[in-house]
This record gives sequence, structure tokens and C-alpha cells, in this order.
Amino acid sequence: MWSFSKIAGIIDNWLNQTFSPAIALTIEMVLVGVLVIGLFALLGLVLVIMERKVSAYMQIRLGPNRVGPKGMLQSLADTLKLMVKEGLTPKGADKFLFNLAPFVAMIGAMLVMAPIAFARNFQMWDLNIGVLYITAISSLSVIAILIAGWASNNKYSLLGAMRSGAQIVSYELSAGLSILAIVVLTGSLQLSDIINAQANGWWIFKGHIPVVVAFVIFLVTVTAETNRAPFDLAEAESELTAGFHTEYSGMKFALFFLAEYINVFIVCAIGATLFLGGWMPLHIGSWQGFNHVMDYIPSSLWFFGKTFFLIFVIMWFRWTFPRLRIDQLLNLEWKYLLPISMFNLLLITIMAIMGWHF
Amino acid sequence: MLEEIRTTEQDDLVINVGPQHPSTHGVLHLVITLNGETIKKVEPHLGYVHRSIEKMCESLTYRQFILTTSRMDYLSAHINNHCCVLCVEKGLQLDVPPRAQVIRILMDELTRIASHVLWWGAFAMDLGAITPFFHAFREREVINDIMEETCGTRLTMNYMMPGGVMYDLHPNFQKRVHEFIKLFKSKLPEYHELVTNNVIFQERTKGVGMLSYEDAISYGCSGPAARGSGVSSDIRKLYPYEIYNQLQFEECLEYGCDSFARYQVRMNEMMQSLSIVEQLIDNIPEGDIQAKTKAVIKLPKGEFYSRVESARGEFGVYIVSEGGTTPYRIKFRSPGFSNLSALDQMARGQKIGDLVAMMGSLDLVIPDIDR
Repeated sequence: MWSFSKIAGIIDNWLNQTFSPAIALTIEMVLVGVLVIGLFALLGLVLVIMERKVSAYMQIRLGPNRVGPKGMLQSLADTLKLMVKEGLTPKGADKFLFNLAPFVAMIGAMLVMAPIAFARNFQMWDLNIGVLYITAISSLSVIAILIAGWASNNKYSLLGAMRSGAQIVSYELSAGLSILAIVVLTGSLQLSDIINAQANGWWIFKGHIPVVVAFVIFLVTVTAETNRAPFDLAEAESELTAGFHTEYSGMKFALFFLAEYINVFIVCAIGATLFLGGWMPLHIGSWQGFNHVMDYIPSSLWFFGKTFFLIFVIMWFRWTFPRLRIDQLLNLEWKYLLPISMFNLLLITIMAIMGWHF
Repeated sequence: MLEEIRTTEQDDLVINVGPQHPSTHGVLHLVITLNGETIKKVEPHLGYVHRSIEKMCESLTYRQFILTTSRMDYLSAHINNHCCVLCVEKGLQLDVPPRAQVIRILMDELTRIASHVLWWGAFAMDLGAITPFFHAFREREVINDIMEETCGTRLTMNYMMPGGVMYDLHPNFQKRVHEFIKLFKSKLPEYHELVTNNVIFQERTKGVGMLSYEDAISYGCSGPAARGSGVSSDIRKLYPYEIYNQLQFEECLEYGCDSFARYQVRMNEMMQSLSIVEQLIDNIPEGDIQAKTKAVIKLPKGEFYSRVESARGEFGVYIVSEGGTTPYRIKFRSPGFSNLSALDQMARGQKIGDLVAMMGSLDLVIPDIDR
């Protein structure tokens, strides 16, 4: 069956035969770096056009339909426009920090990509503390937002950044606890172990109601962590115009924009990996025929299918719900989600110890 | 005034909301003083779309000045025009044919629905839900199409004239309105499902922007803004004009005093307007659409005032005539101006995110405030 690992293996063999190991490794790293950036750009383009099409569908509009077939090249044209646009730095802004912030946002998003398994045996870095690494690095994004808000020398941006700080710091707790649920069940922090543990069924099916609760809490909290509606208080178009990126223009704005979409992709990929089995195909008990057919679908397709389904759900949230207020947002986290997820984690721990899950 | 200035301390954050801001729906400029996220003071600054319409009207004839009022509250252009022609008719002591009266009311109520539908979408958008805006425009388009067939234009209709209306109804009018009634009745439950029953929406509007009964009266609020606080202020009921006293409809009152109460008043009003349209659409009397008037209208010497219930509240026209072909002095009483003045009272001590919800619940149209 076709898979990424074969292609990677062929390239690896060829490089090692042609060059010395050290040079081969260097070339491989450069290749991976280029691939990641390429994937970034591609994902950004795909997600932007997807969001515009999804929102258009929900709002009885056509959406972009002029550039390319069915408007599919619209985001390419937008990127070109953003690239040639002048990147302004406002007067009175902290120039160094102002220009640094988009890159911090980007690099933060890029780093989280490392331990994600895109297909069977196709992972950049399968480190043994994968989940911990992801939770640690994904909290870097708040630093970028705080820098941007502070350095812009704009009151709206400052308000947006402060909101974002309070929001991300508090929602990380629940997100972490719901991720811990799966770690407890698997007994490992390594992403490949977590995926392999789901070979005979995804955690969302195997883990009874507590895992479903953890999954729902995970979805809510990551929506908040990526600053998307109904938790987009940091941007809050109708209140703070655009919040922390009000003053950004051109490619610097585009980097923030891209980082947001990449973050959405990453959290959905993590959700798919932890709860929906990553690249594992759907297997139902002893239905051999059905399981065989499912195995024929490439593992990368499974992974991207699940991820894009979750992305669609998050977009669905955005185009349906009104925005919460900052105090309601924090109430929701500290008064409801956190106690529920703590109790839930306790239940799951008992379940894991007693071996009640399938 | 001096006391107002003193409330601004050195550590306060002063923000200019507008004149270019997505949620001021135009060019309203609010200077807000913040303590963190909490509002200490809201100061509206006007004048960005001042076109001196009142002064302009002094050099326009009684047929011409009506058209300028379409440019004030552009969402209820018909109703503004209606008030002007009522005032001129009062001066001329003109009897309007029954057919023209019914047509005027039909147009008024359709305009009211269109205006409230747009407000519903814009209010939801202020709260961060963008989708309702497009759904609102879907229904508004139908009304606009109906208007376009009969009046020839979609926004500033210029359909009312002293003594009656400009043209007769389009032959399709009744059929299209029936279609609209059917469509709108099927869509209104969707509105409630999408926005009214949404938990986040209710959290954001209930108990926000409190305007007590006494305050609503003392700030001169009218329309849904006043009725949300339980103040009976429907001009159609209190000072009936045309044939409103023969129609079956209710004044929508809510006693919540908050944004949600004002929201519900408008949602109920749409149903009431729809029922008025339903009562009249099959009973349009035959006959003339205009009373006979002279080509050049001269109002007798004196002062004339008329008022109507526009989509935003009480709209009044005050004409001082010296007996010539143009008014000596004209004054419009626009509902938005008084409603806006209550914003400061409502916003103090609330969060900045709620300021937008309060402004939305007042349904401000800036050219109406700033003539």
C-alpha cells in the first residue's frame, strides 16, 4: 500500500549511499524544514479558502468565485496582495518587538508541528514526552500576542492582548486536563504509543462517557486557546476592531493570520490523534470484511479526514455563536470547565486502574 | 460639566470609539473612559455627518423638503416622509383618500419590518455572530423588491406626497406581499432558534444596559428603547393618525429594562406589523390615490406639528410657516438623538464588550441623530 514512509525510506537510502552520514542528515533536516514551511503555506491557503467557503455556505452566499476554478485560487491572490503591500510600523511603537511578534507566533506554531504523526510511520520527531512538549510549546503563542499588543502602542491592541493573556492562561488548564485523560488511559506521553493503543478502537469509543466529556471540553478549550469565535475576545472585531493585530499590515499581518490557522490545524490534529485515533483506520470489532476495506484507505487520508472534520466543527462554532464577554469567559473556565474536567480525570483514572475501558 | 471632567483621572484609559469603528454603524464618535475593562464614562461626539438638513429645508418648497428626510433615518424613509406629509396636510387641512391612507400604512409597516430585520442582523453582529446578518438581509431583500416595484427605488423611496401617494400600487403588489408574509412567518422561528434562544446571546443581553422606567422618561427615550423599560409610548396607539385607530394591534411592552427586553419588543413588533399588513392587504379600498392639491403649496401662517411612530421611536416634524412657499423654520424631532443620550447612563459600570450590545439594542442610525 502507498504510504509516505516508503518514499521517505527511498530518499533516506539514496542520500546515505551518495553522501557521508553527516551530510545526509543535514540534507534531510533541510528537506524537512522546507517541507514544513511548504506544508504551512499550503495549509494556510487551504484553510483560508475552506473557511471562506464554509462561512459562505452557512450565510447563503457564494463566497469567492472569481479567481481560478470556483474561486479556489482566491487565497493565492490574497497572499500575493499581502506580500506586495507595505508593512507599516506605527510611530511610537517598539520597533524591535513589533516586528518580532509575528515571527514568534509563527515559530511557536511551527514547533508544535514536530511530534504530530501525519500518517503511518510518518512523523518528524517521535519524542517520548510528545504530549508534554505540545502543551508546553503551544502556550508560547500567548507571548507573541502579548508582545504584539504591547509593542503596537495602541489602546485597542493592549486591551486585546491583556484579554488574550487571561484567556489562554486559564483555558490551558482544562485543555491540559482533558489531554491528561488520554495519557492516563494510555500510560504514555509518546504520541506513537497513544496512536498504537487505539489500534482496536479509538479512545472516544473505548473510553465510555468520561472520554466523550473530555473530548467536548478539549474542543471548547482549544477553540478558546486559538482565539476563535465564540472566544475571539482578543480580536473582537465589533469591540476592539482587530485587537492585538490592529496595527499590523502586509506580510506581518499575514503571518499572524497564518499562525492562527496553523494553530487551528494543530489543535485539531492533536484532537484527532488523542481521541479519534490519528491515522488509525476505523475498525469495528470482528467485522473482518469491513476492517479490511477500511485498511485500504491510506493512513494519511484518515488523519487529514479526521483533522479537517474537527476543523469544520470549529468553523461551525465560529459562524453560529455570538461572542462571550471577558468575565463570562473566565467564569465558564474556572467555575464549570475546570471542576468538571478535574472530576472527569478522577473518573478516568479509576477507570484506567480498574481496567473498565475496552 | 465640571463634575464630568473631574471623573477622568490620570490612570484612566481614554479610548476613541469611532468615527471609524465597525460597530458604531456609521460615523458616531464615542469617547469612552475606561478603568481596565469597565466603563466609567461615555461621551458621544456628533457632527461627522451633519448636513444641516433643517437649514436646507428652509429654502425648499413643501413638496421638495420631504425628500431630504429620507436621507435622515434611511432605514425608515417611508415613515419619515409620512410624518412630513402629515404635517403639510395638517396645514392645508386636506382630507386624504382612504386608498392612499391604507397604502401609506402598508408601506410604513413593511418599512418597519425591514428596519427591524436589519437591526436584528446588525445586533447579532455586534455581539459577534456574523451569520444572522446575512439571514436578515435575505428577508429584507424581499421587502426591498416589493418597494422597488411600486416606488421605483429601494432605499429612499420618495413615495409619499402631500395629499396622497405618488403612484398607484403595482399589480403584483398584493401577490408579492402575500408571498412575503408566508416566507417571513416561516423564517421568524429560525431567528428565535439561531439568536433568541442562544445561551450566550441571553447571557450577553440579560441584565445589561439597564434603563429604568424613570430614566427612560427623563432622557426622552421613545420607541422600542422606551417600551423595553415599560414606558407606553407607541404614537400609533396614543395619537392615532391615518386609520391606525381602526386596526387591531397591540403595543409591545416589556418590563425587563435591559437589552434583552428591547430586543424582545422589536421581535414582537415585527409580528404586530405583520398582522397589520395581513389585515390591510386584502382590504385596500378602491378610489383615488391623491387628493387634489395646487401645484404650488402654500401653508397658512402658523405653526404645525405632527408625529409618527418610526421604527426607532417618535419622529416629529415642526413647521413654522410665514405663509410662503417654503417653511420659515423647520425642526425634526428624531428618536435616535434622545435614545443616544441615555447611553452614558446605561453604560456606566459595565464592561466595554457590553457597550456594543447596548448601542445595538438602541438601534442607532447615525444620520438620523446627526442631521
